[in-house]
Amino acid sequence: MSFETLISILDSTIRLGTPLLLACLAGLFSERSGIFDIGLEGKMLVAAFLSAAVAYLTHNAWLGLLAGIAGSLVFSMIHGLASITFRGNQLISGVAINMLASGITVLVGQNWFHLGGGTPALSDSARFNDITLPLAKTLSGVPYLGRIYDQLISGHSILVYVAFLAVPATWWVLFKTRFGLRLRAVGENPSAVDTAGVSVVGLRYGALVITGILCGLAGSYLSTSLAAGFGKEMTAGRGYIALAALIFAKWRPWQALGATMFFGFLAALSIRYATIDIGFLVIPSEFMDALPYILTVVILAGFVGKAIPPRAGGEPYVKER
Amino acid sequence: MSLMPKFLCAAAALALTAGTAFAEPAIIYDLGGKYDKSFNEAAFHGAERWAKESGKKFREVEIQSEAQREQVLMRLAQSGANPIAMTGFAFADVLNKVAPEYPKTKFAIVDSVVKQPNVESIVFTEEQGSYLVGMMAAMASKSGTVGFIGGMDIPLIHKFECGYAQGVKAVNAKAKVIVNYTGTTPAAWNDPVKGGELAKAQMSQGADVIYAAAGGTGVGVLQAAADGKILSIGVDSNQNYMHPGQVLTSMTKRVDNAIYNVFKAGADLKPGVKVMDLKAGGVAPAMDANNAKLVTPAMKAAVEKATKGIEDGTIKVHDYTTDNKCPVN
Repeated sequence: MSFETLISILDSTIRLGTPLLLACLAGLFSERSGIFDIGLEGKMLVAAFLSAAVAYLTHNAWLGLLAGIAGSLVFSMIHGLASITFRGNQLISGVAINMLASGITVLVGQNWFHLGGGTPALSDSARFNDITLPLAKTLSGVPYLGRIYDQLISGHSILVYVAFLAVPATWWVLFKTRFGLRLRAVGENPSAVDTAGVSVVGLRYGALVITGILCGLAGSYLSTSLAAGFGKEMTAGRGYIALAALIFAKWRPWQALGATMFFGFLAALSIRYATIDIGFLVIPSEFMDALPYILTVVILAGFVGKAIPPRAGGEPYVKER
Repeated sequence: MSLMPKFLCAAAALALTAGTAFAEPAIIYDLGGKYDKSFNEAAFHGAERWAKESGKKFREVEIQSEAQREQVLMRLAQSGANPIAMTGFAFADVLNKVAPEYPKTKFAIVDSVVKQPNVESIVFTEEQGSYLVGMMAAMASKSGTVGFIGGMDIPLIHKFECGYAQGVKAVNAKAKVIVNYTGTTPAAWNDPVKGGELAKAQMSQGADVIYAAAGGTGVGVLQAAADGKILSIGVDSNQNYMHPGQVLTSMTKRVDNAIYNVFKAGADLKPGVKVMDLKAGGVAPAMDANNAKLVTPAMKAAVEKATKGIEDGTIKVHDYTTDNKCPVN
């Protein structure tokens, strides 16, 4: 494999890993607060649709982004209402959100654009275009490092940089702030938090707001940056892969970056090579596509380290029994 | 009150006449969806044209999953729709099962041959059309490397690929053709994000013209090509308009004409195999105002010459599906 090929595969890794990363961090906030969220897929889908639709109508990618985040927030709050306020089953609420999103995007899309649930192709002004970082062109002549800077680090959409900055930000919020400490505590032992006089419900809703915003970014990236417009079911299971990455990362932010980029790398490899020949055996690309799920099962089964989810995850908090 | 029975009688008579005249044609779209901007959409346009000209109505169903194929087909046949057209090779198996059960209903299937006495099988010579766009791609390419992105990895799409590769090599024997398939499940027809990534991967390997034969996935390929300032080639419907000046041409497959003819024939549809080839106008590279600047006079002349050659048999384009082999690559 030449240096050029490697760079282009890593470049593709970043593009494919970014929506996973954003969704994974979204899930991290929610699950750390004790709310299981398998509705990441649905929230991304709604955000992708609204971003593309609003960006198309207003010719402004930023307004699209805001609309996408708003849509994702609404779905996040529905999840919160069902699972925090009404103490419903969090998994069922998540499934319901996925199904609702999958149906409503096509229904509304067909009604607005008459294109079978998709939006028309977006023009350049309605998309987040790739930005070139300063000095990228002048440094591109420098061997290796210059090329890495020019082709790998520079030349992505702004949402990619936001996603990468969200990793240290998440780490800082979770582990260095009072809010983060309480958030982690509410996912482990909500009654202790309650005893300390902090609102469990408030904290969990707060976590879901962050989840909604991050899912909104992920969806918006898919439809207004990676692609140019919405197509039905365009998230194509990325929400579930993000959940798998979350387990793979054992609910920690830096590991989430590693896990999502690793899964992105697998996807990029399977796109670049239909089959991978490693001397004594040939690996089909379908295997690469399935690998994230296989790895998650292996981790969950406890073969490689143990994945311990937040202890209070999945259980609605009841103050008095 | 005495009027009532009369009314009922009239209503019954009306219902009866409506029942006998009620032989609406029906069309079933494959998983890519009615608005895939490509194969199924072409079928829809054909049906719509018939409806506009005849002033009659037709029924349409978009299937959502594999399991619905048989269900939808049976239900339409039961309800008296005639003829029933379906787009896509994937219907072949179920049609083989359903057609004998409704001997009075006529069926038409696009892209596959079903040998039943009441089925018209419409097949296109995609290899010929792909050969012509392959020639154009090779002439437009500056790098000598062109790409092909297929949808689902099936023999039918290899037929496109093989024809394309033959056309490319006919112009430039040293040219390199990079080939990628989106996937092995029907979901591969509708994954524009993966299509775009495949196109970017091919670009980084030097491809400067990319032919997408991938249904809805092709939208992503065309977009990525336009973003990367290279040329692309659309498929099935004329997709030149999607990125004017960036789509070299489209390998149009006149599914619309095929469906139009089926609906026009109505219940008198002639069973058997109908081959829509270059001569019959079944396939052709699309030329319009959107790509006029991209098509050089030399290209036009070469395409015209090759068209004549294919029609009179001096140029033989190999059909992949006959032996599952491609002479080039």
